[in-house]
This record gives sequence, structure tokens and C-alpha cells, in this order.
Amino acid sequence: MTGDQRSLALLLFGVFVAATLSITTWAGRRRHRSPEEFYAGGRLFSPMENGFAIAGDYMSAASFLGISGLIALFGYDGVLYCVGFFVAWLVVLLLVAELVRNCGRFTLADVLAARMRERRVRIAAGISSVTVCVLYLVAQMVGAGSLVALLIGETGGRARAWTVIGVGTLMVVFVALGGMRATTWIQIVKAVLLMGGAVALTALVLVRFRGDLGALLSTAARNSGHGVDFLAPGLKYGGDWTARLDFVSLGLALVLGTAGLPHILSRFYTVPTARAARRSVIWSIGLIGGFYLMTIVLGFGAAAVLGTDAVRTSNAAGNTAVPLLALDLGGGAGSTGGTVLFAVVAAIAFATILAVVAGITLASSASVAHDLHTSLSRRAGRTPRGEVAVARIAAVGIGAAAIGLGLLAEDLNVAFLVGLAFAAAASANLPVLLYSLFWRRFTARGAVWSVYGGLLPAVVLVVLSPVVSGGPDAIFSGVDFHLFPLQNPGLVSVPLGFLAGWFGTVTSPAPADVPAHAAQHAETEVRALTGAGAA
Amino acid sequence: MDMHNARDTGAARLEDPWYDALASGWGEADDTDGGPRSARPPAAQAVYMEVHGSAAFQEVRRRYRRFVFPAAAAFLIWYLAYVVAATTAPHLMGRPVVGTLNVAMVAGLAQFATTFLLTWAYARHARLRRDRVALELRWITQEMMRGHGR
Repeated sequence: MTGDQRSLALLLFGVFVAATLSITTWAGRRRHRSPEEFYAGGRLFSPMENGFAIAGDYMSAASFLGISGLIALFGYDGVLYCVGFFVAWLVVLLLVAELVRNCGRFTLADVLAARMRERRVRIAAGISSVTVCVLYLVAQMVGAGSLVALLIGETGGRARAWTVIGVGTLMVVFVALGGMRATTWIQIVKAVLLMGGAVALTALVLVRFRGDLGALLSTAARNSGHGVDFLAPGLKYGGDWTARLDFVSLGLALVLGTAGLPHILSRFYTVPTARAARRSVIWSIGLIGGFYLMTIVLGFGAAAVLGTDAVRTSNAAGNTAVPLLALDLGGGAGSTGGTVLFAVVAAIAFATILAVVAGITLASSASVAHDLHTSLSRRAGRTPRGEVAVARIAAVGIGAAAIGLGLLAEDLNVAFLVGLAFAAAASANLPVLLYSLFWRRFTARGAVWSVYGGLLPAVVLVVLSPVVSGGPDAIFSGVDFHLFPLQNPGLVSVPLGFLAGWFGTVTSPAPADVPAHAAQHAETEVRALTGAGAA
Repeated sequence: MDMHNARDTGAARLEDPWYDALASGWGEADDTDGGPRSARPPAAQAVYMEVHGSAAFQEVRRRYRRFVFPAAAAFLIWYLAYVVAATTAPHLMGRPVVGTLNVAMVAGLAQFATTFLLTWAYARHARLRRDRVALELRWITQEMMRGHGR
């Protein structure tokens, strides 16, 4: 990156940070210190606003730069990711969004508590939500460090460390001072910027190929060095059977995990009704689907315009494919157009990271304050205002922990952390959510077993996987205690989560008060489908 | 406005029921939220049981489940079949269909198309077949709560 590009990129970063900080100040000034305001932003966002915010929460820099880079390097195997990330939204739309909006208040545990008023259920749901959030957060922080360092052209450790610290501090400021209202507006701004950038680059790629997608694909295949194999699956996941099974495992985790991500679930509470929640998901499906389609064009475009070898030389993981493509489309290195486009893409990637980490920090601080602290604190007379104060402190604590872990994990390959976060969400959060919404016999024991029965296998299997030991890029490269062949635990841990919930329920003693159990189920169903008594 | 309204006819917008419900201040029902709390008064329990047993509610429940369960099963099977085919039969997926398009590309685009299509179908089904009855039930439930002298 040349000096011009760097100073322009830094200037744009600065503008974005200034804009987000003023949003935070504005949102913080009109806060009422109520949980309604802090966790749910007042619940009066429109479906369109919330749809953009959901899309902003979901589309990480990993999708913008990572997936298109993957397509530029491995062709069709990158497209498999896009499909998984996108199809997952049908689970959210059909089975989760409306019912969660009607039954819950702020967190996943609220939905379960609507049926099972037991402390241990709330604690279990809180623990799994915080775990999923922290895994996802660390992945994003480390990604942010290496990405910004890469885009600014400072590959030294200090630039990375300062990026992690800076991103962590900013996200804590957004969340602690602005709550859900500021976070939502930051997501909206980011989603607009990201979609705008993607549309502009896609249009430039299409203009370059005169709108002929066939020519784009055949040029990509030619310049990739793989020929027609580039347009078919198998280049990345076509090796031995372990690699293939690993991808099926990841695919399962992606499609079922989205509906269990705490920061996505908490977005449904920012709109007034279940119908508005449905409409926001429809908006976000439109945005996310369009975005991933453009990602595919950009990935193949990078392969066609730059050639796969050039992309790989710049960054082995392909993360620089889109910025380099922008440089070329703008007129090449040294041209004004190229400099501007490159800096804009870098700034959008930075905005994307900041917004995503803010959303996750808010969701995890809500789980700590609303689920764990209220269940574990022995003090009587807890007030809503006190709870919000705890949530702000929790945001600072989680931010500090994420910065610390981000600095420690700096040199690790963190792509698996995102897969693990999705796998944990799919194994621990989704089964308990679906059971409590749809299964009449479901009991508190079933709920607790389902959460831990999905969460523990997911975490333990990763510890025993080649990611941690024994593999060539393992975290502990010296030792080998890997017993589980796959990198992603989803294929095993998701069925285990469902199985544990079923087993816990059928082995529960018959409820002491049968009519009360039936009434709680009736109440959940009536509220879920009609919205009676919704918060 | 939003995609939904854009497709809606003017008539549907006139009777957009949720906003009326909101404007009339159902905030009184606030303490029936999902937070942790002591046992619900028996009166409320009786109301929920009664509504749950009513023919109108069972109809809404049946319509919802009849749509989402088969639809969810269908798209999950279709997605898993796609992933398994891509990982186990890359050569089949690489067969050309038309020009540079091969089976894999067509299948991938079809995944996008079916997702958009199912989203549209679900939104339409919910709007035409569930929303109005669900809203009426919500009103009835909340009226009954008040009637029980809360």
C-alpha cells in the first residue's frame, strides 16, 4: 500500500469512527436507563431499519473479504460457504423469529423462562450464550487485527496489537454508552456502506466484462490455472474423506447455527411486534442474499481480473482479493481512481468489523447481566436500573477479556473459531429453543441437558481435534492428543444436543403438578402464535 | 417503505392490525412478560388454557405447523443433499449444462432461488392465513385477562 492510499484509508477510518461516536453520544443522551432502552433500543425500530441492522450484524468482514478471497483461490468451494450462510436464514424466518419475538424479552433465556421458571435453565442458557459470543468475538478481533494491519500495510506486531486494542475500546464505548439504540444505528450505517461498496465493485466487474457472466466465468477459470475444475467443487474440500466430512459438518453448523446466535436473536426485540420481526427478517434475507450473490461475482471477478496466483502471492488466505480487485478496477496502482477505491474498501472492511463486534458485545453483556447476574446474585431488591448498570460493567469486562484473548491468539488461524461459534450455537442454543417452542412434554431437565449436552461436546471435540494438536497448523504443534478427526464438531455435537434434550425430557419424573405443566405449555403456544402479553 | 407493503394492496394496508394494537396501549399487559417471576395467578392460567383449547387458536396453530414443518424439512433436505453432492460427487457437479454453466453452478443458484421463493411463500401464507386470526385472538386473550379482574 502506498503512502497516499494509507493516509486516505486512515482518513476514512477516522470519519467513520467520528460518525459512530456521534451516533453513540446522540443515543446516550436520550437514554432512560431502562432495560427496555439499553437491551432493545426502545423496541420501536421499523422493519426496514431492523432488517438493515440484522444484515449489518450478520455480514462480517470474513464474508466480505474472506469468502470472496476463498472463491478467488478455490473457485466453487467458496460458493458453498455463501449458500450455507444464506439458506440458514430460512430456519430463522420459519421457526424462530416471530415466536422468539412474542415469547421473549431481551435474551434467549427469556424465551425458555417463559415456559420453565427455573434458575438452572436461565443459567444454562446464559452460559451457552456468553460462550458463543466470546468465541465469535475473539475470532472477529483477531481477524480485525490482521486485516487492518494488512490493509494499512503495517505487518509488524505493534500495528496489529494497537488495532485489537483500538477496536476493543471503541466497541465497549459504543455498547456501554449507547446501548442497543446506538448499536443498531451503527449496524444500519455499516450495512448501507457495505452494500454500497459491494454494488459499486460488482457493477465495475460487470462493466469490465460487458455484462457477460459467461465470459467472466470462463476468464476466471482460465486465469485460475485450474481450468474448468475451478467452476466445480473439490479444489479445497475434495481431498480425503476426512476433509469432505469436515465440510458437511461445517455446512450443518452454518445452516443451523445462525438461528442460535445470541446477537441475532436479540435483534428481534428491537421491533414492536412479531409481524415486524418477520418483515425485518424478510428485509435482511433480501439484503444478505443480494450481498452473497455479489460476493460470488467479486470472487470470480478477482480470479478473472487479477489471476489466482497474484491473489495468493499477496495473502495466502485470499483476504486481499477484493481490495486488490478494487485497485485494479479503479485504474490500477498509482491512479487516483485505484487509490480511492482501495482506501474505500479498506474503510468499509474496518466499519464492518467495528459494527459486528459491537453487536456481539451487547448481546453478551445482556446475557451476563440479565441471565447470569440476576440468577446468581443473592441480593434482594434488584432494580431494572441496577441491572443496566451491571450490563454496562459487563460490556467493559467482556471487552477487556476479548482484547486480552485477541492479543494472545494473534498468530493463530482463527477461521475455525467462527465455525466453532456456529457449531456451539447450533448444538447448544437451537435444540433447546426449538424444543421449548414446539414440544409439549419438554421439561426443565431436558432444557438443561440439551444446553450442556450440545455445548460440552462442541467444545471438547474441538480441544481433541487436529486444530488444537497434531495437525500441521495446530495451536500446540509439539504435542499430539487429537482423537477426533474433524475440525468442525457440528456433525456430532448438533445431534448430541438434540438427543440430550430428548433424553433429559423422557427421563424426567412425571411433573408433580400435571395441569400446571400443561398450562405453561398452553401459555407458551398461545403467546408465541398470537403475541398476547408480549413485551 | 418495505418489500412487504410494496406488494400489499391498499386494502391490506388499511387494516394493518398490529399498529392499531400498539397504538391502543396494551402496555397494561406488561407484567405478563417472560422474565423470572413467581407462579402465575390461576386466573391467567385458566385464560391461556381456554384460548389454547378454542377452535380458532387450534386453526391458527394447525395452519402455522402445516406450512412450516414440511417447508423446513424440505429445504433442509435440499440443502444437505446439495452439500453432500458437492463433497462426494464433484465430477457429477462439474458436468456442463449450458455454456460455462455446470450442474454445480445451477444447483448453487437454485439454492438462492428456492430460498427467496420460500421466503415469499411464507410471508404470503402468514399474511393471508394467520395474521388476522392471530390478532383477534390476541385481543380476546387480553380482554379475558382484564375480565378476570387483574
